[in-house]
Amino acid sequence: MASHSHSDKHEHITTYKTYFIIWAALMVLTVITVYVSYVDFGTMNVVIAMAVASIKAALVALFFMHLKFEDSITWVFALFPLGLLFLLITMTFVDTFTRVVVP
Amino acid sequence: MANHTIAHDVYVPFLEKKGFLSWILTTDHKRIGILYLVSTSLFFLVAGIIALLMRFELLTPASDFVDPHTYNVLFTLHGSIMVFFFIVPGLAASFGNFLIPLMIGARDVAFPKLNIASYWIYLLGTAILLMALLKPADTGWTFYTPYSATTNTDVVLMTFGVFVLGFSSILTGLNFIVTTHKMRAPGMTWHRLPLFIWASYATAVLQLLATPVVGITLLLLITERTLGVGFFDPAKGGDPILFQNFFWFYSHPAVYIMIIPAMGVISEIIPVFSRKPIFGYKAIAYSSLGIAAISFLVWAHHMFTSGISETAAMIFSFLTFLVAIPTAIKVFNWIATLYKGSIQLHSAMLYALGFIFLFTIGGLTGVFLGALAADIHLHDTYFVVAHMHYVMIGGTVMGFFGALHFWYPKWFGKMFNETVAKIAWFFIFVGFNVTFFPQFFLGIQGMPRRYATYPAEFESLMSLSTYGSWILGFGILIMVINLISGLINGPKAPANPYNSLSLEWQIPSPPPHENFEEIPQVTDWTYGYGKKKELEV
Amino acid sequence: MAEAGIDQSHDHHMDPATEYSSSKLGMWLFLGTEILLFGGLFAAYAIFHARYPEMFYEQHLELNRTMGAINTCVLIFSSLTMAMGVSAIKWGRQKTAAILILITIICGFIFGVIKYFEYSAKFSHHIYPDTSIFFSLYFLMTGLHMIHVFIGLGILGVIFVLTLKGKFNSKYNTPIELGGLYWHLVDLIWIYLFPLLYLIG
Repeated sequence: MASHSHSDKHEHITTYKTYFIIWAALMVLTVITVYVSYVDFGTMNVVIAMAVASIKAALVALFFMHLKFEDSITWVFALFPLGLLFLLITMTFVDTFTRVVVP
Repeated sequence: MANHTIAHDVYVPFLEKKGFLSWILTTDHKRIGILYLVSTSLFFLVAGIIALLMRFELLTPASDFVDPHTYNVLFTLHGSIMVFFFIVPGLAASFGNFLIPLMIGARDVAFPKLNIASYWIYLLGTAILLMALLKPADTGWTFYTPYSATTNTDVVLMTFGVFVLGFSSILTGLNFIVTTHKMRAPGMTWHRLPLFIWASYATAVLQLLATPVVGITLLLLITERTLGVGFFDPAKGGDPILFQNFFWFYSHPAVYIMIIPAMGVISEIIPVFSRKPIFGYKAIAYSSLGIAAISFLVWAHHMFTSGISETAAMIFSFLTFLVAIPTAIKVFNWIATLYKGSIQLHSAMLYALGFIFLFTIGGLTGVFLGALAADIHLHDTYFVVAHMHYVMIGGTVMGFFGALHFWYPKWFGKMFNETVAKIAWFFIFVGFNVTFFPQFFLGIQGMPRRYATYPAEFESLMSLSTYGSWILGFGILIMVINLISGLINGPKAPANPYNSLSLEWQIPSPPPHENFEEIPQVTDWTYGYGKKKELEV
Repeated sequence: MAEAGIDQSHDHHMDPATEYSSSKLGMWLFLGTEILLFGGLFAAYAIFHARYPEMFYEQHLELNRTMGAINTCVLIFSSLTMAMGVSAIKWGRQKTAAILILITIICGFIFGVIKYFEYSAKFSHHIYPDTSIFFSLYFLMTGLHMIHVFIGLGILGVIFVLTLKGKFNSKYNTPIELGGLYWHLVDLIWIYLFPLLYLIG
């Protein structure tokens, strides 16, 4: 068996208090995103909504899912799919929105 | 290499247990490997027979053997079965299962129960496909919209079968990645890993991360047909090319799921029969990961004539050329390994050499197709058919047969008839080239693929190709008979017939139930051939 | 998921620490595939939103923002109780862990019930998956998410029963942690679905 040093490392157990702080932050962010959606910022609405959602997602992943305390290989496999998703969306965009329609 | 002792008095080969349940409920990676080997090989033979039927139809220009609709069904079945039921799980799941724990010095994969569950899911997918045969799809294996959304054949069941298979593929990939990370024997560092493990690892990453995208794509196609969703239907504001974008986002990496394990096999066979350390170990190892990474960047080169934008086509054409780099790195390193080696032409080695020769043709013609301007002319012609078969048969299947002959003694503890194996190889090699080389010319002359009939001027090349398919089929028949008769009455295999240094050859053939009496302590890489070890032999 | 039952010691071919880290890595890999499974829908959303911004804007007003927001809160709260449940079992508090998992399950059900009312409201207004591209996306994205909620509830149900039976303790609790990871992913995807469908449309 490959012996990994991190297995003997003291395991991290998050306290209830930390969880409540994260939860409060998530609720505040939810309120913000709902509130902002009633104000018209034009295209900025999308940007703000996605930014807030990403902060919330990061909080859930880092603390609720303990990604903060995971080893590097877990980080790689947690982030790599996001990169692929970005690639799928951008390259499909490049195709869809640069097509020249011949009349 | 590993220094460890084997207590022969407690040796129980893994094949010892008999009975249906001992197979279908097994969690032994070696037995699961056999389950995949048998299932995928059966599908290979079935789809191969379908191919022979298609070639028979193409013997003459008229559609006199089957009608065009049946021909459409035949090429759909041939493609779907070969791709989803044979090549994708073929090498990766059968030899991956058998070899990964043995080569890294582990008793099993990380999740043995998940491993057999993956196989059951594979069977479930198979069962769904068989149900779809009542009204088989005629769309081609790519299920392109809008035709696949409107044809009255059973596309839903067939794509659902493929969707289920995808789960099997994902879970197998997941298992292998975790196994490679967590189960290596002490001292088995990343840079001591056999190159087959590097290849399997790269394949597993692709299986894990590309398959979900085809899963959702096929689900969307199913909802298109059942719920009236219109993502791919221009009448409802959708975009049929979106389907192709999604489909190839998986299916191009899938091409590498098919070929990378074969490259791993070749990297194992060549140093053993050249009695030389592999040349450029790290270059080969990292080029596997490089191919896997680049494979995600090139998908739209399948769509140059589908109506994608010129900008996208140019970007994808450029990116496609990048694949040639890590691929060529591998080929050059294999040839450098052969250089001044003391080469033994074992049947497995013949398949490996065949691989290098044929795959190079397949790869280079791929560069033609990746070039935007050339592809406009060659797209959807027999040139593509020839290219793809040079990669898939000349590459993957040659690697598969090579692996079969190479690890056969280890896996089954028996020897096959080496002379007959060489004769079979000769027929396969010649038959393959006679079948597919003329198709390059047919393609350049403009003969489109997927038609049951053709103009009379193509008859000589077309019938030559059909004669070739008979030689190829005959060669495979000899090979199958030889391997099966070896199982029945072949002589007992020694533990290490080729004096290989890698871990799986240091234990008895067939391996005992839990592989290693004691987990080996690894002190060196597996390619130290031609050094002092050699003198002991 | 429950790859490593505590009572299968004869089957063990790994030491517990490796088994624990392997299971967790395996779960993360699986979550990656889930992201890409939804990824196809996210990509379709991005493409069609860019193509038909007016349609998305007008039709998203038909969705019930309040219900969506309540569901967001419910799901985030269930994530909190799930995370606390993992901490509880690691401290050896079996009963607390069981209660927290039960609350998580109840939240999941509330989410399902609210979603059921939303769907019925849509159907009564004759809005179906084939009504428009936007509603296709709405039904497919929330529908696929709902399937994941149900799978998550099934997993948590099994884990709840096993926790009650005392199968888990401060030393061995991998299934709870893995079930928790899955449940958080369900929450995580909803965190994106809510603004995409209900807020910016």
